[in-house]
Amino acid sequence: MAKQPIITVKNLVKNYGDFEAVKGISFEVYDGEIFGLLGPNGAGKTTTLEIIETLRDKTSGDVTVDGLSIDHDADKIKQRIGVQLQSAGYYPNLNLAELISLFCGLYGIDKTANEMLEKVALVDKAKSKYKELSGGQKQRFSIATTLINNPKIIFLDEPTTGLDPQARRNLWDLIREIRDSGTTVVITTHYMDEAEELCDRVAFVDGGRIVGIDTPNHFIDKLVESGFERKKQVKLANLEDVFINLTGKEWREG
Amino acid sequence: MTKYSNTKATIAIAKASFRSIIRSPSAVVFSLAFPLIFIIVFANIGGGAVKMDVGVAKTSDTSRSDSLYQRLARIPVIHMVKDQSAAEMAKNLSKGDIDAVIDVQKSNVAPYYTLHIQYTTASAQKDAVLRSLLNSMFFEINSRGNTVQQPIAELKESTVHGREYKYIDFILPGMLGFSLLSSGVFGTAFVFLSLRLTLVIKRFFATPVKKYSIVLGEAIARLVFSWIGALFIITVGHYFFGFTLVHGFITVVNMLILSAIGLIIFMGFGFIISGIAKNESTVPPLSNIITLPQFLLSGTFFATTAFPSWLQVLSNILPLTYLNKAMRDVAFEGAGLGDVTHDLLILGIWFIIVYAVAVKTFKWE
Repeated sequence: MAKQPIITVKNLVKNYGDFEAVKGISFEVYDGEIFGLLGPNGAGKTTTLEIIETLRDKTSGDVTVDGLSIDHDADKIKQRIGVQLQSAGYYPNLNLAELISLFCGLYGIDKTANEMLEKVALVDKAKSKYKELSGGQKQRFSIATTLINNPKIIFLDEPTTGLDPQARRNLWDLIREIRDSGTTVVITTHYMDEAEELCDRVAFVDGGRIVGIDTPNHFIDKLVESGFERKKQVKLANLEDVFINLTGKEWREG
Repeated sequence: MTKYSNTKATIAIAKASFRSIIRSPSAVVFSLAFPLIFIIVFANIGGGAVKMDVGVAKTSDTSRSDSLYQRLARIPVIHMVKDQSAAEMAKNLSKGDIDAVIDVQKSNVAPYYTLHIQYTTASAQKDAVLRSLLNSMFFEINSRGNTVQQPIAELKESTVHGREYKYIDFILPGMLGFSLLSSGVFGTAFVFLSLRLTLVIKRFFATPVKKYSIVLGEAIARLVFSWIGALFIITVGHYFFGFTLVHGFITVVNMLILSAIGLIIFMGFGFIISGIAKNESTVPPLSNIITLPQFLLSGTFFATTAFPSWLQVLSNILPLTYLNKAMRDVAFEGAGLGDVTHDLLILGIWFIIVYAVAVKTFKWE
């Protein structure tokens, strides 16, 4: 993989009054990878994402997205990225097809609703309202709206929170497909198994700082080298494997 | 990459918003069903507690403390109009703006008082009430301890022909104003608050859309919906209840223009409320503070002349009062927009005040 940075964050600081939410974060996201921002609640993940997405003003620091500075080219950046917000709703009383055509208008793109819904396997739900969808369908629809403008980068803020194991795996497949079609993916999550499975590289954020950035494998290897041992002997499978084995891999809608 | 189109974005929002409005039961009920129900009810029971405006001719004797005139003036439902010239009075009488004109003459021989009264077909219902009032009054005066054949007072009646001012001509513009008020205030406040709380607007901001496109798109949708509602109300009023449209189609167009002006001002109140409301349950009380006083005091159901004067002062401040007045002048008297500039000026002042506050209080996030 060519390690060409598509997002560069240097010494990013964000203060809310006296509170320092982000205390001088620096990192790069490479073109074509799935990059995970990991860390406990309140670590500053969402704030950092929203600054990169040009939704929030920074206090200081430099951020460039696809070669454009967030200070001068916010509008151009918005045309090149797709954003999924944590727990965002959609325009009330509209069905999925109508919502897609609304977003097409907002992005100034001519696409059919079916074309977008096909990508996330929701064509049969075109006439349904967003609130009638299951958790996994909602997240897939959200991802569809981020893909309308053929973005170079999409940002997914905790897309799998609250989903059952099948829906989670289904979403991982979708995210991998998006990465494989050339779109860079920046994702936040609380699930380390998910990050290990899905992310090409991860950064750990804590207390507004980055405390580590590497591939999941390297992180694990380094920890093991340092003499770390799990208290309980690792078995060849875990309970989630049992769950999937017993209930089947295919995803239930609904 | 092709150039980004703000117009396209605005239209997309307008389309989405319009679809959302017509699927929201409350919008349809407030804008169409409520006004229609009110019209049907009130058009059938007629105008209950309306005062009668009686013009007093300049030649009339009004001075003497115990004259016939003073007895008339003491009748609570009669409102004496003295500040109009004879020509104005004649014009207003034929339009039904005043319900009758009286001229009291005094004489030294019997009959000592002669009341000349002109009724108008434009106000036939109220005149019927007035006529029976006068008849019983004259019967009482003339029979009071009077053994002689000569009557003390004499009533001389005549009637001018005017265009009948039906109660529908009063209630329909008022209902239209009420529908615009509730759609503008409640609708706008609810929509923008919920778009803000559910992060829909935040998600919009992650697209290249401009803020003005969002406001404009919402306004266009609400305007189109209100126009459809207004046309529906006017059509039903005209064909089923005989609502007067003096110049037909032109009058309807003028009414739609007035509707747009009113709606834009009322939407300003909605923007203010959406900014100060913390959650959706605080929207109705805040909206009611704006809408209820206007609903009751702006001459929606009853002419504001029926109110005591201290209350009229309040009525004469509210924007809906002027929208209603302009609507009635346009619809029934065939006024053009150029003839209601006084009302439009006051609405213009309201526009400036409301939007100055809205710009300060409105919140995007």
